[in-house]
Amino acid sequence: MRPLFLTLALVILALPVRADWLNFRGPNGSGHAPDNTTTVGELSDRTLAWKVALPGRGLGSAIVVGDKVFVTAASGPEQQQLHILCFSAKDGSPVWERRFWATGRTMSHSKTNVAAPTPASDGDRLYALSSSNDLICVDLDGNLVWMRGLTLDYPNASNSLGMASSPIVVGDTLVAQIENDSESFAAGFDLLTGVNKWKLDRPKSANWTSPTVLNKEGESIVALQSSDGILGLVPATGSSVFTVAGGASTIPSAAAAGDELFIPSNGVTVVALGATGEEPKKVWNQTNQRPGTASLLVAGEKLYLINNAGVLTCAKRQSGEVLWEIRLKGPFSGSPVAGGDGKLYIFSEQGVGQVVDPSGEKGVVSSEIELGETILSTPALDGEALFIRSDGHLWKFAGK
Amino acid sequence: MKRSLLPFSLSLLLTFAVQAEPWTAPIEQIRKVGPEGAGNTEAAAAWNALTSLGPEMLVPVLTAMEGASPLARNWMRTAVETVFDRELTAKAALPGEAIKSFVLDRRHEPNARRLAFELYAKLAPDDSAALIPGFADDPSPALRREAVAKLLAEGKARLEAGEQEKSLATLNAALDAAREVDQIDAITKLLREKLTQKVDLPKHFGFLSHWHLIGPFDNTGREGFARVYPPEDKIELDAEYPGKEDKPVKWQAYATPDDYGKVDFNQPYGPLKQVVGYAYTEFHAAEARDAQIRLGCKNAWKVWFNGELLFGRDEYHRGQRIDQYTLPVKLQPGKNTILVKACQNEQEQDWTAQWEFQLRVCDATGTAILSTDRQPTPEKAAPARRRPAKSE
Repeated sequence: MRPLFLTLALVILALPVRADWLNFRGPNGSGHAPDNTTTVGELSDRTLAWKVALPGRGLGSAIVVGDKVFVTAASGPEQQQLHILCFSAKDGSPVWERRFWATGRTMSHSKTNVAAPTPASDGDRLYALSSSNDLICVDLDGNLVWMRGLTLDYPNASNSLGMASSPIVVGDTLVAQIENDSESFAAGFDLLTGVNKWKLDRPKSANWTSPTVLNKEGESIVALQSSDGILGLVPATGSSVFTVAGGASTIPSAAAAGDELFIPSNGVTVVALGATGEEPKKVWNQTNQRPGTASLLVAGEKLYLINNAGVLTCAKRQSGEVLWEIRLKGPFSGSPVAGGDGKLYIFSEQGVGQVVDPSGEKGVVSSEIELGETILSTPALDGEALFIRSDGHLWKFAGK
Repeated sequence: MKRSLLPFSLSLLLTFAVQAEPWTAPIEQIRKVGPEGAGNTEAAAAWNALTSLGPEMLVPVLTAMEGASPLARNWMRTAVETVFDRELTAKAALPGEAIKSFVLDRRHEPNARRLAFELYAKLAPDDSAALIPGFADDPSPALRREAVAKLLAEGKARLEAGEQEKSLATLNAALDAAREVDQIDAITKLLREKLTQKVDLPKHFGFLSHWHLIGPFDNTGREGFARVYPPEDKIELDAEYPGKEDKPVKWQAYATPDDYGKVDFNQPYGPLKQVVGYAYTEFHAAEARDAQIRLGCKNAWKVWFNGELLFGRDEYHRGQRIDQYTLPVKLQPGKNTILVKACQNEQEQDWTAQWEFQLRVCDATGTAILSTDRQPTPEKAAPARRRPAKSE
């Protein structure tokens, strides 16, 4: 009996760990899913499992909850029609679709789209924000739970170039940054009713970054990035915990790793949370590292960033010392993601998916695939599956 | 007496309760959704009640969209589509004729009619396509768009077939019907470039081309947006005020020949920075009616209508388009006044040079409402003639 138990245990341990990908850049909004121990490994015709057509463009990523994958889109001559779509993760078959009329402004730069933010989930419900500031909650079966028209409530909260910040669920609060040149704010929303738990004024400056989540001694702190720097908040109350001054980028987002935050600020600046009541301590700063549109990624002991020339830099997490650089096929609007096996996945604006194996002395592009469509989004990982949305399709790649 | 009335009242109540349709109470609940999430919980329960009903709820819920708030309409829309899709998949009998009648009844809410058209197209694709030409003068812009697209395609085809006269008639009909910018642009391009026709676009859109301008006032540090300068207190077209750096400023007449009604402050004042300008005009309405002022502006701006501030926005250089902002107004018969404040900031990049706006008056469908004393659209100046080279 014992050998049988041992065999079963080894088999179970060898199975890839599946973990849902619940929001922009997955766990904590970091792009790194260490528990996802085996990823697809290869992007090729061999691993392309399926693709399905979408009814409209979007920059928001797919998210995965259980056996369902969700994505948003916008369509119509003025992008007035918003779509929330649910597909079977297994075979891409449509499960349900909900459509809404945008209640806020739908104007955006032609490169972006009203469906720019990635939806978020708590595992039970889906929270979809659009550039028109429509914030919609449905359950996983598509039943409408609540709806907010944030531009109806706050009429000057919009950006004529388009909004793009993605919300995130932290504990029992949905945190969203509605930051722009005019009526700029961040808010925490009740997951069940959609009412404001808190709302605070934010810098009057356009901002496309998304909140990330730091963890310190079991407590989650949400980090809001802006041109002013970083504001750390208690997600349930919006109470300020810390600030990091010195400004920060308004396009690429920071990466959180435990109690450290890697910020696109004056190049790259890293801070570590201090004891309660103390401001974070600066760990290091490298002014010559210039992240472009893609957000930062920390995977294990390595920091990754991609500049506007498409050069991927791998640096030591502890010091910022550059380990290697390689030029990828860019440019990139989406961000890289990685699982527990360390492999990086990123898609260029021209639709070239690339896998970077960083295990050697220098990173190597181990496989790539041209999808022939514009891709401005970030992939989602789920076990050995990878989901990516292009302008016209949702694609799945799978290792097995 | 009171005792004797009680059974009657109860009986009336019971009769009403029995007669009320199952969608009545949920619809009323959904119509109560308010700002900042008010009524969401109750609306979700009502939504569940509606979606538990059969296809008999479709037309009543579509009908209830009239007068409902944009949020309430979305609750209703998703309920309608959820039930429709479920019943369609189950191959249940769906009220196709009632849905078609709803589409054709122009008294209903425009977006609801468009939605009903899409539902009907799933039930009767050929018959729904046959309805499209009838939408050319429809009050629903989304339905009208279908008819315009068809006319545009026909006009193009006739042009390619060498049927110039027929093409001209079709494209003119398309332009008359068109209310959306992309379609108007496409039709105008064909009329002008292929058929050498004149098209008065400002008149078609209802852009206001004749204004009085005054400026520059100071906007250093973007503080001019909130500062009240004399034109905001009183319009006196012969007055003179101290402007930026105390230089005197006066009103001056300005007329724009731009196809899209752009009022460009840089033309009279030069490419200034950190300044405020005002534009004033009068609009004479034939009757009292609801209307919309539609504005496009990439500078910070405020608009007053008949002396009342409609809205203001302090965003700079993030983009501009026709109909960027919609401001509902009630026209009064005779003279109405419109004052626009446009602020230029400190940015120096090439793409921040614009100090301009475009404004039109129309109804909710985008159909131009013209001032009773509308002046002719100014002629565009002829392109400057190139000086011949000595060798020519």
